[in-house]
Amino acid sequence: MPKPENVLCPSPAGLYCEPGDFYVDPVRPVARAVITHGHSDHARSGHGTVLATEETLAIMAERYGENFAQKTEVLRYGETVSRSGVDVTLVPAGHILGSAQAVVRAKGFTVVVSGDYKRRKDATCAAFEPVPCDVFVTEATFGIPVFCFPEDGDEIARLTKSLAQFPERTHMVGAYSLGKAQRVIMLLRAAGYDRTIHVHGSVEGLNALYERFGVKLGAIEPATVDKSKKKDFAGAVVIAPPSAIDDKWSRRFNDPLPAFASGWMRVRARARQRQVELPLVISDHADWNELTTTIKEVAPGEVWITHGGEDALLRWSELNGIKARALSLVGYDDDEGEGQVASRGEAAG
Amino acid sequence: MRAFASLLDRLAFTPQRNGKLVLMRDYMRDTPDPERGWTLAALTGGLAFDAAKPAFIRKAVESRMDAQLFALSYDYVGDLAETVALVWPRKPGANREPELSEVVDALSSATRAQVQKLLEGWLDALDADGRWALLKLLTGGLRVGVSARLAKQALAEMGGVAVSDIEEVWHGQHAPYEDLFAWLERRSDKPSAESPGRFRPVMLAQAIDEEKDFANYDAADYAAEWKWDGIRVQAVSERGEKRLYSRTGDDIGKSFPDVLDFLNFEGVIDGELLILREGHVESFGDLQQRLNRKAADAKLIAKYPAGIRAYDLLLDGEEDLRTLPFRERRARLEVFVRQAASPRIDLSPLQPFESWEELARLRAHPPEGDAALAEGLMLKRWDSIYEAGRPKGPWFKWKRDPHLIDAVLMYAQRGHGKRSGYYSDYTFGVWREDANGDRALTPVGKAYFGFTDEELKRIDKFVRDNTVDRFGPVRVVKASKDFGLVFEVAFEGLQRSTRHKSGVAMRFPRINRLRWDKPAREADELSTLEKMLD
Repeated sequence: MPKPENVLCPSPAGLYCEPGDFYVDPVRPVARAVITHGHSDHARSGHGTVLATEETLAIMAERYGENFAQKTEVLRYGETVSRSGVDVTLVPAGHILGSAQAVVRAKGFTVVVSGDYKRRKDATCAAFEPVPCDVFVTEATFGIPVFCFPEDGDEIARLTKSLAQFPERTHMVGAYSLGKAQRVIMLLRAAGYDRTIHVHGSVEGLNALYERFGVKLGAIEPATVDKSKKKDFAGAVVIAPPSAIDDKWSRRFNDPLPAFASGWMRVRARARQRQVELPLVISDHADWNELTTTIKEVAPGEVWITHGGEDALLRWSELNGIKARALSLVGYDDDEGEGQVASRGEAAG
Repeated sequence: MRAFASLLDRLAFTPQRNGKLVLMRDYMRDTPDPERGWTLAALTGGLAFDAAKPAFIRKAVESRMDAQLFALSYDYVGDLAETVALVWPRKPGANREPELSEVVDALSSATRAQVQKLLEGWLDALDADGRWALLKLLTGGLRVGVSARLAKQALAEMGGVAVSDIEEVWHGQHAPYEDLFAWLERRSDKPSAESPGRFRPVMLAQAIDEEKDFANYDAADYAAEWKWDGIRVQAVSERGEKRLYSRTGDDIGKSFPDVLDFLNFEGVIDGELLILREGHVESFGDLQQRLNRKAADAKLIAKYPAGIRAYDLLLDGEEDLRTLPFRERRARLEVFVRQAASPRIDLSPLQPFESWEELARLRAHPPEGDAALAEGLMLKRWDSIYEAGRPKGPWFKWKRDPHLIDAVLMYAQRGHGKRSGYYSDYTFGVWREDANGDRALTPVGKAYFGFTDEELKRIDKFVRDNTVDRFGPVRVVKASKDFGLVFEVAFEGLQRSTRHKSGVAMRFPRINRLRWDKPAREADELSTLEKMLD
């Protein structure tokens, strides 16, 4: 009697499909990999063949250089590639540009590896599409009921109001360079903010990449200045990775007001710990409501939880009569900022 | 409720005073009556509920969600009100959001049983920030780092008036303060300050500049008295109204019912609130036992009896003395205190002197007894009228030289605003012997000013180069017998403290000098500090 585990099963290198001999988002170099999206904990360099969307491959090339894998294969959203009796389809996940769910069909089972995903509208990427399946492999970064995120527009309105109230202060918005930074820019634009937005060096290349794929970010300038022009940044928005905001880098600006766009900002202690003055609850991950409504909507026979707050989601599944298990995969940190802090290695210098 | 909630939210995360002022000023300007008035009451401590006990809130939420999911959530967040605010399940079709004024009105007439239903209905209608604000308000602790004084300062900025004008009329005004806002928006005249029992804005002293001022002023023009180490108060007893105010106009009478009982006169005294035992002053540490309490029980009062040492007389019967010169007010005060003959009110004696040199000797070597506990001296021009604020010239304070110790930097934390990229808040320690007889550093205080911008840059580099560990935002800095940065720390006084591991707490500590040259092993010992205890 075949089981879904015969199609896809957890292994130290990541989720492995034995009949097709490939991994999804492997955390160490493998011969064949399917990559859901470009965040570095999911998309690593050094694989043999990488199958992903065109956008994801472009992101990997931008971050690791053109030779990040021996061979690449583009798969468009909705297209299927077959491999030793295994069908792989990539379906939009709504997480960041190019992000996809990997739909794996074999032995009569459909297993969906969602990667990271969210359900709310995002001008920088295609919206999540639910796929009915036998097993839904879900993230659970914010898999605890306290994480119910407010409307993005309300959060951006807090930023624009603060800009009006504190026109002399440089508003430093901490945002992960890939995805969050561009999303915040697009949300500001949607709110009618048309001034030049300044960005940290690590965001520039990715911005150009987003532009290439048709995401129009408006007027952007690098946030580099010689000291004499410090005042020019009064009342400006500067977007930078969270680590740069905590660091010496932010000293070049005028009386910086530290903001941080992340789902973690929903909990006050997290914001306080980072000395954030303007916490913006904007996430590229599904919140508790999105996770639970997605599971109900996809209506899988089983839910597998890859990483994050599995305890609460397991309990919820139990209460709702849904079979669930935690995979406890290692190697995925989160891209909402916290993981970055741990890997900053600042103590060394 | 939405505007109130978002104001509280921003205030809670805004550390700088100026930032808080802008937030409150703009809120007061943009929010209609009566909402802003109730907010003002909440910020100034005039709106206190204890309608919702934690156990009830917990029960309410557990009736709406799985207890295990709630427990996981509470465990993660750690604060009950915040957890409930975040996890309270959405209820489609709930009533519209209540305004703060509706909450206040409903609670003022609700019975205990009704409160529970009301609260649940409000929680259903509000968003997470609104629920948080509501629960904080109802459980009696906003904790957004705003003093009543700061809220009044914001009002003053909103209306373009002096904060002393606000303080003067404040006690005749009541929530939701519509008359006050009408005046601040130029829609009506200044409200009358004539209500009995009101606060009179106090006169404050400038710190003397020893280098310049003594040459410019004649000793014969000034009276001198001790600057007692308590808190400055204004004791009012006027047509049956008895009040005790702090120097910023906060009514602190509830903490000192014993003092209120002894205001057996008709007038207004300016003086120092002190713990007075048989006519003798006790340390500020003793007074602290009685500050910031909502009430005082008989036991506490008996252990720490409070009294007033009188400096000045502002109102004698119905006569306002503030426009008289100090010399005349002082003569009237002496008579007034004698006639009142209260066991809890005595007179701050004047210290006769002929020259500044003589006064300097007195300051450096105060006589045994009460004067040894004084903070320094006050100088008052004999001809000075009682003028609100801090005018330059008529009154000076001449504090004692601070205590100095050498301590070693142990922990550092980043600052805010202009200092947000710098490690500018320092915890320092001194040596003491631990249980094994080894010398170890024990933290004795924190300071975040007293250095120049250039010095800050150097300390920041030192912190970054010598971090050995970190806890959240705090960096542990390398400090041992052979290595460490020594600060010369200045402070005003030292009290015993059970809250600090070292057992001592400093008043007003600041960095006096950086001792890059001094080896860490030569920093002071805890025993040296213990000898400085007040």
